[in-house]
Amino acid sequence: MGAVNGNGKATLATVWLGGCSGCHMSLLDLDERLLDLASKMELKASPLTDYKDFPEVDVVLVEGAVANSEHLEHIRTVRERSKILVSFGDCAVTGNVTAMRNAFGVDDVLNTAYRDNSTVIIGIPVGNHIVPGLLERVRPVHEVVKVDYFLPGCPPSADAIFEFVAALIEGREPSLEGRKFG
Amino acid sequence: MSVRTLEIDGKAVTGVAGQSIFSVAWDNGIHIPRLCHVGGVSDVGACRLCMVEVEGQRKLVAACMTPVEEGMVIRTNTEQLLAHRRLIVELLFAERNHICAVCVVNGACELQDLAASLGIDHVRLRYRFPTLSVDTSHERFGLDHNRCVLCSRCIRVCDEVEGAHTWDFSGRGVNSLLISDLGEAWGESESCTSCGKCVQVCPTGALFAKGKMVSEMRKDRRFLKYIVTAREKHEWVR
Ligand code: SF4
Ligand code: SF4
Repeated sequence: MGAVNGNGKATLATVWLGGCSGCHMSLLDLDERLLDLASKMELKASPLTDYKDFPEVDVVLVEGAVANSEHLEHIRTVRERSKILVSFGDCAVTGNVTAMRNAFGVDDVLNTAYRDNSTVIIGIPVGNHIVPGLLERVRPVHEVVKVDYFLPGCPPSADAIFEFVAALIEGREPSLEGRKFG
Repeated sequence: MSVRTLEIDGKAVTGVAGQSIFSVAWDNGIHIPRLCHVGGVSDVGACRLCMVEVEGQRKLVAACMTPVEEGMVIRTNTEQLLAHRRLIVELLFAERNHICAVCVVNGACELQDLAASLGIDHVRLRYRFPTLSVDTSHERFGLDHNRCVLCSRCIRVCDEVEGAHTWDFSGRGVNSLLISDLGEAWGESESCTSCGKCVQVCPTGALFAKGKMVSEMRKDRRFLKYIVTAREKHEWVR
């Protein structure tokens, strides 16, 4: 894989859309293997990085489904600036728990959360330019942009993530050993 | 019993007249993927996963519904068949709401196993996300239509082994729905004996025992072989 930065390391970013961040937690479960990865690649952006513009990267791991207007805009930018985009975990791959609301309407979901089951009713946060509006339908990432690889799991295990990222840096196809779907 | 000699995946095998391709293949260690077949009850050819190629025939045939014939040359694993099987499994995932992360059989589900064995890593079709109910009216069991793949295993085991015929399908095509009796809630069913055979043969999390949390339910089908052996051979042996 062609590295884009000066020190010859491949560049990585991780993105957090509509998911619980469990996939990112599983990434942290790599423990000391993170040091191994850090010596081979540079992390350019993550949900904890304060960036204005999403950087150009070799590989991006995308956690979560596309659930609101901000996700939709962001994933398009991420796609443009990444060489390899990986759907990272079940919410990105299938919609998973994030997409459970699709069987009901957006209005029903918002009413249930902010009116019917709320003790303090402060109104429904839509269209106020602070909180992004929910899309009518939560979608898996590949319904919105082209996805190069899929890493299913809720969350994918640390071993699966390590094998996957290591393979991508080394320019080989990731092993599917022990892989499950759904 | 007249013997039939044929070839499956390049292997010379024998079966008896009337035996299905599926069963002869199984006896010879060739395991054709399936979802609706379950040993001990009749076959219906509903899932189409066991489709195989028979040399000289233009159409694919369902291995569970096709009796072996002398001299047949059968292929069970060609690229074409694998592509069809992948599509069938993807269609099943897209048809209803399979949210494995919150399913009682997550990790021990025949639909998941099929997907993994076929190398499926995403569904190319648009998910339908239908609005479906969960019937928890029965004292001990539940029926989650979101996970039902319409295989009819429950219907057949209830009818043919238990003799109750509580279950059947209503509607057609994508609107098919499993119903108990004439559409009453399961808990109100007068024919159900609460034996739980349907729960154990269901390949997915659609039929489950109450009190099981995510990933906790494990199905056990050994009872079926026990009952069928007893019935056919009059031997009550495990
Ligand atoms: S039945 Fe449950 S575990 Fe199996 S595919 Fe459906 S949601 Fe996943
Ligand atoms: S409830 Fe289970 S056994 Fe019955 S038709 Fe649905 S998937 Fe098959």
